[in-house]
Amino acid sequence: MSRIWMLGDNINTDVIIPGRYNVTTDRSQLARYCLCEILPEFSQQVEPGDVIMAGHNFGCGSSREHAPASILANGVRVVIARSFARIFYRNSVNIGLPVLVCEDAVLNSADGQRIKVDLDTGTIYNLTTERTFRAEPLDPFVARIAAAGGIIEYIRQEGTLR
Amino acid sequence: MGTLTEEIFSHKLGRAVKEGETVVVEVDRVMSHDTTSPLAIQAFRKLAHQSGGRVFNPRRSHIVFDHIIPAATIAAATLQRDIRAFAQEQDITILQEGICHQVMPERGYVTPGDIIVGADSHTCTYGALGAFATGMGSTDIGVAYATGRSWFRVPTTINIRVTGDLPFGVYAKDVTFEMVRLVGVDGANYRAIEYSGDLIERMSVSERFTFCNMAIEMGGKAGLITPDATTQEWLRGRTDRDYPMLAPRNPRYERIVEIDASQLQPMIACHPDVNNVVPVEQVEHVQIDQVFLGTCTNGRLDDLAIAANILRGKTIHPRTRMVVVPASREVYLEAMRLGYLEIFVQAGASVGTPGCGPCIGRHQGVLAPGERALTTMNRNFTGRMGDPTAEIYLGSPATVAATALTGHITDPRTVL
Repeated sequence: MSRIWMLGDNINTDVIIPGRYNVTTDRSQLARYCLCEILPEFSQQVEPGDVIMAGHNFGCGSSREHAPASILANGVRVVIARSFARIFYRNSVNIGLPVLVCEDAVLNSADGQRIKVDLDTGTIYNLTTERTFRAEPLDPFVARIAAAGGIIEYIRQEGTLR
Repeated sequence: MGTLTEEIFSHKLGRAVKEGETVVVEVDRVMSHDTTSPLAIQAFRKLAHQSGGRVFNPRRSHIVFDHIIPAATIAAATLQRDIRAFAQEQDITILQEGICHQVMPERGYVTPGDIIVGADSHTCTYGALGAFATGMGSTDIGVAYATGRSWFRVPTTINIRVTGDLPFGVYAKDVTFEMVRLVGVDGANYRAIEYSGDLIERMSVSERFTFCNMAIEMGGKAGLITPDATTQEWLRGRTDRDYPMLAPRNPRYERIVEIDASQLQPMIACHPDVNNVVPVEQVEHVQIDQVFLGTCTNGRLDDLAIAANILRGKTIHPRTRMVVVPASREVYLEAMRLGYLEIFVQAGASVGTPGCGPCIGRHQGVLAPGERALTTMNRNFTGRMGDPTAEIYLGSPATVAATALTGHITDPRTVL
């Protein structure tokens, strides 16, 4: 059973993974400090398959890819937000962290509730409230990268970037 | 026909490109720094089959060491050792002479009409010279190192027009705070910002860098200024390449934001959001433990000159410490020649190695729990300069220097 971790607006990449902890490529260290500024218990308590929900402009600020990498390294299945900052969104798609925009799901869910997400259809089931939501469809080009599992896999399949 | 962004993409692709189109283009320059290069190199390695194991062009691939230089920890030193080995293998020259966003333009690597991608969110700074430059993550940059290409959705554009003369004690930084206050921290998300108006036209390239640098603080994908005689004069001696003087032609802007600079006063962005903007006089009682003058926003010669003029012959308040970090070696040498560095040191400041300094909370002035800093940085996010209970305020170089003298936030008009 996956739980929702509900966050607010303008969660920036400095609080997702602070600059004092991201001088590394070690995914386990990135995982340990993920969201430590605002949710110190997160990395201890998060379970693989859990879902992060957030308000507007999730991932604003620095371009550090360590931010989505730290979330992915904790086994988070998908981040659902009312909106994402551009660089974070792109980084997430590139490294295979699913990201969905769904205003309704965020406004009608709460921290700790149970959730199931069908990434193929963008359908979000809040199992606690028994409500169903449909995420905004991805941009066609972004969808191709996401379907491949990231930009590296996309280029390998296509042979080049086109 | 179109915005400056559309003109640049149309020029590059040889056909009319419109906002909303997704395009793949050959980029002119690719940049990463000491923190973002390791993940970019990992991504690059995964595309060895496509690239033949070589970067697309070592002369257009730039690695800058600026975030933790000289290395402050064994972890940083080890990553830098590995990046150096990669650079040597790929015949890339590592630049170790200041902040990437200062060094790239100084070296003549940015010219009007260029499309540049960098693994740092403030890559948008280069738009001050009429380039389309945007920050990306390491994997995108690894892809660009391997293929020489990147994909873009050509953004819609917000036009910010700034007119009127700057009042006494008000600087380019104060105008950027007004922009962030009006547009919001995500008002330009996925969009380009084009700055125009008679004040922008009269501003120096350094001041234009300050504007474009903070486009990302409104979510902007890029911040651009149409190149003009000021741009050409600044580039003279830095590059001998020909470049197109592109300009918007009958642009269709999503939104126009007008600012009358003559009505502004010195401003402060209070912790912990950049749009938390108030006039300096409203927060003058706030005591400050550390001031920091530097960064890609305000670490240039004119910024140092403003502060040096305020601090000349004076000493900073005994309860406050001051850190000065010139944005580049070029700025450092010129500030030394003009006596600014001596003024700072005599006043009691520490002057650091050109680079990012304490902006990312890793060295050269980290904050203790509960401390407060006033800085010329572009971000005041929780934990950015050290302990997460420390508070960061943002101001102009003049406000920072005035505050260094009194130990509490101070309106620069009282000391100028």
